[in-house]
Amino acid sequence: MKLLFKRINRKKIPLYANFIIFVLIYALGAIFYRKFLSLRVFVNLLTDNSFLGITAVGMTLVIISGGIDLSVGSMMVFTTMLIALFTEMLHLPPIVVLPAVVLIGVLFGSLMGGLIHFFNAPPFIVTLSGMFLARGLGFVISLDSIPIKHKFYYNASQFGIQLTEKIRMPIIAIIFIAVVIIGIILSHYTKFGRNTYAIGGNEQSAVLMGLPVGRIKIMIYAFSGMCSALAGIVYVLYTLSGYGLAYMGLELDSVASVVIGGTLLTGGVGYVEGTLVGVLIQGLIYNFITFQGNLNVWWAKIVIGLLLLFFILMQRTFSTRTAAN
Amino acid sequence: MKKKNYSSLLWPLITLAAILVFNLIFTKGFFNIEIKNGHLFGSIIDIIKRAVPVMIIAIGMTMVIATKGIDISVGSIIAISGAIAAIIILNTGLSLFFVIFLSLAVAFLFGAFNGLLISYIGIQPVVATLILMVAGRGVAQLITNGYVLYIDHKAFEYLGIGFFLGIPFSIIITLIVYIITYAVTRTTAIGLLIQAVGGNPRASYYTGINVKSIKFFVYAFSGLCAGISGLIISSDIKGADPSFAGLWVELDAILAVVIGGTPFTGGKYYLFGSIIGSLIIQSLTTTILTRGVPVQYTLVVKAIVVFIVIIFQSAEFRQKVLRGLKRKIQ
Repeated sequence: MKLLFKRINRKKIPLYANFIIFVLIYALGAIFYRKFLSLRVFVNLLTDNSFLGITAVGMTLVIISGGIDLSVGSMMVFTTMLIALFTEMLHLPPIVVLPAVVLIGVLFGSLMGGLIHFFNAPPFIVTLSGMFLARGLGFVISLDSIPIKHKFYYNASQFGIQLTEKIRMPIIAIIFIAVVIIGIILSHYTKFGRNTYAIGGNEQSAVLMGLPVGRIKIMIYAFSGMCSALAGIVYVLYTLSGYGLAYMGLELDSVASVVIGGTLLTGGVGYVEGTLVGVLIQGLIYNFITFQGNLNVWWAKIVIGLLLLFFILMQRTFSTRTAAN
Repeated sequence: MKKKNYSSLLWPLITLAAILVFNLIFTKGFFNIEIKNGHLFGSIIDIIKRAVPVMIIAIGMTMVIATKGIDISVGSIIAISGAIAAIIILNTGLSLFFVIFLSLAVAFLFGAFNGLLISYIGIQPVVATLILMVAGRGVAQLITNGYVLYIDHKAFEYLGIGFFLGIPFSIIITLIVYIITYAVTRTTAIGLLIQAVGGNPRASYYTGINVKSIKFFVYAFSGLCAGISGLIISSDIKGADPSFAGLWVELDAILAVVIGGTPFTGGKYYLFGSIIGSLIIQSLTTTILTRGVPVQYTLVVKAIVVFIVIIFQSAEFRQKVLRGLKRKIQ
């Protein structure tokens, strides 16, 4: 038994705990509610959490590098407002609008990354200001919800892959899965990914090893900005509108998914695939509350806060133990 | 030491003076102060009064930032303390003293919860307070059951809109909080200990300073300040709004502290600078509004100001740009 325990990589314990909790919650749901285990519920789980998941993939890389990005939610909402502005007020075609908003997301992210690198400013302050800036810019466009009536967005939102006769995988879920796969490849199989882990593990060593730390840091925040912009596009396809006050507190949900997914907040250790499961766990908690029927939706926020706390505490115990060894 | 204090307050004071001079020239009757029914009225008084919630939070935030931390949960604690006051007033016949005492106690406990996570468990301040920033609004929603509650209670309203000797009572509360904080931190060793913890936690630990308990109390104090601010806000609007009370006030408070000269990197703090910083923000907001710029621009302007302050505070910028400028002048 002791040997077995030694064989398990201690760094991966939060990741395993994450999978176990996911299976447990799913099993509980399946026992309590009849339709919980159906394919339709699972597809909906992917669809309803796609925008959260996409921001969480970017957030995973940022946290692996030892930073944090609090601007993801605001950036996503700002993107929805930009799409609304470009299509409904300026009447630009989607082929111009979509690359433009992604580019704006990348620029916004690199701007924050640049501030963090060149002025050695704490990431949380820079991205917190970015969070307020993006929300504010969204309000400047409009304080009200703007419906997006262009038929391209409606048609795109109806597109999907037929899984069975009645159920199909909507485009939103497909984009989500694609982004997760890109994130896994980026983090595990590219130079960029390895450099990210190196910076998060020990920035000083990374500099001394001659890694281009500044450029990679800016690229990481640019990638996160791009993910937020993609999430914005997905959110537009999901709601067919832009609204400046939408999804307050996405930042916490996103950080929570990453941490529940087994990524260490101190950087250097993390898994995009864990983040996927972290997102789905949160989705299951919301599902539970919907299935239950008469609980206030704010309970979900509190439960997620507690779950996050639990995982952080678990990380603390394991990381101090490894340090002691 | 004295000289350094003076120079760090110079920039905030110049900024505030510039905004006031701008208004002196462009806004008619800006400096008029009238006495109506024995109460003071006027734009200046109005700015100070509106700056009260941010000033009180900024006092707590100054202490937090001095230890190299941050507290972004203050907005949610404002919502919680307002909600608790409302629920007690509406559902029980308890006296005002208990209403205030219980709401502040709860705010203090939430602050202490932050402190516990940060000092004894060792979570980064931004993540620990992020938990309460989001979950806290959920708690406030649960307390009021998701509704905006209206309070009709004359004595409670005095906190936010009453006058004492002609001066708005909320300004007097701010003054009391400021004086107590100043006295406790500057006449005893506590201020020095806080600076030591922010400057170098490890060295402080080896000197025998109880780093953990200092950090713990700093966050608890920040929670208490947010609670006081929450009571004043809900007394001012005669109600408790769980989703919008104190929304985005954390940005204002952080901005006030850093404009006032306290660096993000911790190790020193300027309490009076934070008060000046809050006044700068409020006079800026009031100026934006009286100039006829739509209200939604204020968030953008403030965020840009923070970015500029971040750049100006960084050692890299000072070394490269400012030194280059000095050389050019010479």
